[in-house]
Amino acid sequence: MKTNDVILQTTANIVFFIIFLFSIHIFFAGHYAPGGGFVGGLLTSSAIVLLLLAYDLKTISTALPINYVVMTAIGLLIAITTAAASIMFNMPFFTHAYDYYDLPLLGKQSLHSAMAFDLGVYLVVVGVTMTIIQTIGADD
Amino acid sequence: MINFLLFPIIVPFFVAMVLLFFPSKVKAQRTITMLALVINLVISLRLIHLVHTKGIQVVTLGSWDAPFGISMVSDMFSALLVTSTSIIALFVVWTSMFSVGIEREKHFYYPGILFLLTGVNGAFTTGDIFNMFVFFEVLLMASYLLIVLGGEKKQLRESIKYILVNVTSSALFVITVGYLYAVVGTLNMADISQKIAQVNQPGILTVIAVLFLVVFGFKSAIFPLFFWLPKSYAAPPIPVLALFGALLTKVGVYAIIRTYTLFFIHDTAFTHELLMILSIITIVFGLIGALAYFDVKQIIIYNIIIAVGVILFGASIMNETAMEGAIFYLLHDILLKGALFLLIGVLIHVTGTTNLRKMGGVLSTHPVLAWSYLIAAFGLVGIPPLSGFIGKLLIVKGAIEGDELILSLVILLSSLGVLLSVIRIFIHAFWGEAPQEVMYKKDAHYRALLVPAVIITAITVFYGVGAEVLMPYVTQATSTLMNPLEYIQAVLGGA
Repeated sequence: MKTNDVILQTTANIVFFIIFLFSIHIFFAGHYAPGGGFVGGLLTSSAIVLLLLAYDLKTISTALPINYVVMTAIGLLIAITTAAASIMFNMPFFTHAYDYYDLPLLGKQSLHSAMAFDLGVYLVVVGVTMTIIQTIGADD
Repeated sequence: MINFLLFPIIVPFFVAMVLLFFPSKVKAQRTITMLALVINLVISLRLIHLVHTKGIQVVTLGSWDAPFGISMVSDMFSALLVTSTSIIALFVVWTSMFSVGIEREKHFYYPGILFLLTGVNGAFTTGDIFNMFVFFEVLLMASYLLIVLGGEKKQLRESIKYILVNVTSSALFVITVGYLYAVVGTLNMADISQKIAQVNQPGILTVIAVLFLVVFGFKSAIFPLFFWLPKSYAAPPIPVLALFGALLTKVGVYAIIRTYTLFFIHDTAFTHELLMILSIITIVFGLIGALAYFDVKQIIIYNIIIAVGVILFGASIMNETAMEGAIFYLLHDILLKGALFLLIGVLIHVTGTTNLRKMGGVLSTHPVLAWSYLIAAFGLVGIPPLSGFIGKLLIVKGAIEGDELILSLVILLSSLGVLLSVIRIFIHAFWGEAPQEVMYKKDAHYRALLVPAVIITAITVFYGVGAEVLMPYVTQATSTLMNPLEYIQAVLGGA
């Protein structure tokens, strides 16, 4: 008999966005407050796992058509290019740059190239976690 | 170009990432990997030249000052090791194209090798003890992939043991670094050396020195800690075995030599004596293994253990001659173990078995293979013009200078044992009559496998004959190891 999990699915649809937004918040908070790419990535993948629990693998891979191995590779590439950018300026590897900018809506904010490195970490964490879960889940 | 010494780490890392995008395009994977490895070899040769002309190269990541950022240090010792690594990787990948099979190649085999290379080169170059741990993990993770890739029953069984042992020893590594940090309060290797010199190595630091010996002993397979190696290394396919046999244990040996010449030099009576005793027992146990088996893979695998013992014995004497010998022997062993495993791989392909008793008479059908093997075997034993000679000569000479007459005799006698073990392969597999029911293969595949194996054997011959050319480089490496002050000054400045 097929169970009806309409309550779980409706809740998951709403809660997914709350968790996802929280993970984005945690990711951006990383420089001045606890958080960063690693926890941000784990939270995002936990949001996707919630969807996986409420629906099934096939539905989610049509809704989010992402190749997570490629996502990992892109994350690694972003991280190493950020670190290697300093080579162009003949500074030691991993030297970061930052400055203050007046952004529309947000006002005066500092932009730091460590952010791009963190984005790389974020993508790798999401990619690796989801690859592990999908591979084990799809295994019979 | 202040970042030049990082290129042997960055290039394989970057290329490995790019290869992740198209795992099933095998031809592209092969071409790009080969190209990257050739570039890597050229870069590392340039690096040797740079270190030779301009002295130790240092860059501290992120433009922080020396003890606070991660220092990457390339002295001659590490530059030579990085170059040997590049050579071996090039030939292993060349052989892999013909022997590991499309299925493995489609499942991230080449990225695995390149990540392993990143870890090995990083571990040789880093000047920060925790960063060394990280690079150890990088190379170990990649080696877990390579040992299990293919999923044969034997590989699955052995990879469980391999991972268990390495996870345990890595945990011990973290604990040891924790102890060291609690005592000296720094992780930068040059700074640690300076702080240890200031407190003059009290008892707790000798304990930490022994803990480091245990940790790196697990990685490099010295006497009581080598039990995991023989079976694990026999599981993966031959090119992977060649890569592991040539590189992985040597990273542990490098780490022991580095810590025992840079950190723990104030109370050598205990620590270096212990290292000496353990390395002699390692040689004896390796010999027992090498002589006991009738399996070609196991014979050469036990020879890895013998060589680790010989190198560490040379390093433990702590005089210039023996250290020079240890470096010579270390570089020789990286190249020669690679060559021997590739030749054994060809032999196994030809005969279709690893059992010596089922072989015979290969000399008459495959003369090139046979004579290359004989040259490699003589090189391993250390017969004069070949590569193993000068290293062992210097180690024995250094041991006699250091009043270790009896132990130097053990080294010389061990050469006889090594000779017996490798010449047994020659006698049983190459001489005599072929068993009647077997037809030895002599196809295009055989020639494709033979070419890289023969070329790398030729390189080891040049290494032995051209020892005179290499001598200044090895001398420079030795002088840095024997005078840690040079290293400290290069990293921390005039302090």
